[in-house]
Amino acid sequence: MIEVRNLTKKYGSKAVVDNVSLKIAKGGITSFIGPNGAGKSTLLGMISRLIPRDAGEIYIDGQEISKVKSKDLAKKISVLKQENHINVRLTVRELVSFGRFPYSQGRLNDEDWKFVDEAIDYMDLREFEHRFLDQLSGGQRQRAFVAMVICQNTDYILLDEPLNNLDMKHSVQIMHVLRRMVNELGKTIILVVHDINFASCHSDSIVALKDGKLIRHGSVSQIIETSALREIYDMDIPIEVINGNRIGVYFS
Amino acid sequence: MNKLYIGIAIVLLIILSGISLFIGVSTVTLDGLLSGDSKQLQTFMVSRIPRLIAIIIAGMSMSVVGLIMQQLARNKFVSPSTAGTMESATLGILISSFFFSSTSVLGRTAVSFVFALIGTMIFMKILDYAKYKDVIFVPLVGIMFGSVIGSITTFIALRYDMLQSLGAWMAGSFAGILSGRYEMLYIAVPTTIVAYLYADRFTLAGMGEHFSTNLGLNYKQVMNIGLAITALSTAVVVLTVGVIPFLGLVVPNVVTIIFGDNLKRTLPLTALAGSLFVLICDIFGRLVRYPYEIPISLVVGIVGSIIFIYLITKRGAYASKA
Repeated sequence: MIEVRNLTKKYGSKAVVDNVSLKIAKGGITSFIGPNGAGKSTLLGMISRLIPRDAGEIYIDGQEISKVKSKDLAKKISVLKQENHINVRLTVRELVSFGRFPYSQGRLNDEDWKFVDEAIDYMDLREFEHRFLDQLSGGQRQRAFVAMVICQNTDYILLDEPLNNLDMKHSVQIMHVLRRMVNELGKTIILVVHDINFASCHSDSIVALKDGKLIRHGSVSQIIETSALREIYDMDIPIEVINGNRIGVYFS
Repeated sequence: MNKLYIGIAIVLLIILSGISLFIGVSTVTLDGLLSGDSKQLQTFMVSRIPRLIAIIIAGMSMSVVGLIMQQLARNKFVSPSTAGTMESATLGILISSFFFSSTSVLGRTAVSFVFALIGTMIFMKILDYAKYKDVIFVPLVGIMFGSVIGSITTFIALRYDMLQSLGAWMAGSFAGILSGRYEMLYIAVPTTIVAYLYADRFTLAGMGEHFSTNLGLNYKQVMNIGLAITALSTAVVVLTVGVIPFLGLVVPNVVTIIFGDNLKRTLPLTALAGSLFVLICDIFGRLVRYPYEIPISLVVGIVGSIIFIYLITKRGAYASKA
């Protein structure tokens, strides 16, 4: 379980994450939603120790993360940020193998390579494994990064806008892979999503943030609901149920 | 595949080394050496072999240092000669000459190392604050920064009547390499080995602080180790050989264009390619105007700047695309 208590992050005098407390159970997909500037990515960044916090506590499986060595934390929680200028030329296989770094410190043994091979197969990247990342399409590259995270083999996986820059087909593909990782590998996945309908169709629970504050946390049917969405986005969004999925019609 | 290239490079290096050993004004022949001609043996041991070793070490270490800097600064055009490192090392040598005699190599190396380290760190700090991180803009800032340090150095040298010795450090040359006067260069061997041991960490650090922290890497520490290796190697090379421009820029770029950015793979290749490049340039510089020789800084400077311009037009487009 991930537990966050009274977490705050300020830039200047403005609190981008304001006294947020939150518990995320093990297993399942949790989506962070909210308008731009709500503090979703900052919250995710603090939970994954990438961004220093100003106040509050963060516990992963009962351990305060500041008391755990970064090296050990890397075996428990992995995070993928949307970095737009990774222009390092690595092959897919090289990138994926770096997922074993917390275990191998660069000297991979046979077991580590087994993880690499499994991750490559899991993400269906075998035919690209010797290509450089900059020779891949956006969707393929994103799959390569997810494969690296699979290779890192942590219980908790945090993804900051993994669907950014992906077309519909690849977005759906990534969400299906994440679901499989939850069901087959028992992972706990937390992600920041912009499109409420992706959150609605693929999450087990949704956390809604606005102006740095946590305003809702509940199941899909509790959040993807007109009055809750009005509170979050200041918009009236009618909800239609299509094939059992709750879809917000926010285009007009 | 990789092993094949390394093999070819080593064979070439051995052949060219053999050639290099027998080029020079005073005649040294294999027969003479085998027959125990003491004059030839002396030239061979005191001048030819030290020169060859210096060429190999300087070429290797400067190229590797360039590779590391490009990775850590996340910019393909950062190198000891485009980040103020060489100029800072030179300033350090000048300052140290006020405190140490020319025989106290250790003291001068230490001062030069500290200056090179501080200079490079200032450059990296400037990069941290720069809002605009264009591929071309970053090395331009470095060249400007280097020029500022260079003018401070010139000013001090002018005031204390040391322009002539400054000129000797500024223009890299292997002509003055003699046994007993270049051994400090050996320091660059262990630093290059350490660089290889850290290759994976440098690759990760090049993917950014967040990326490396995710994998449990101590980003700041790796950064500092990389800068220390850079500063130390540059300091000993500038002190013994002098400034060799563009070397740390063109060699790693050519290697990474072909082989990618996984340092574990490219670092040995870069080291070999660097030695080869300098060896070829040195042989050329010694033959083109025989029996006189053109200093290595000039030959590498001309060849390097041509490749640099080519890279800017080609790679500038490539690097900013990603």
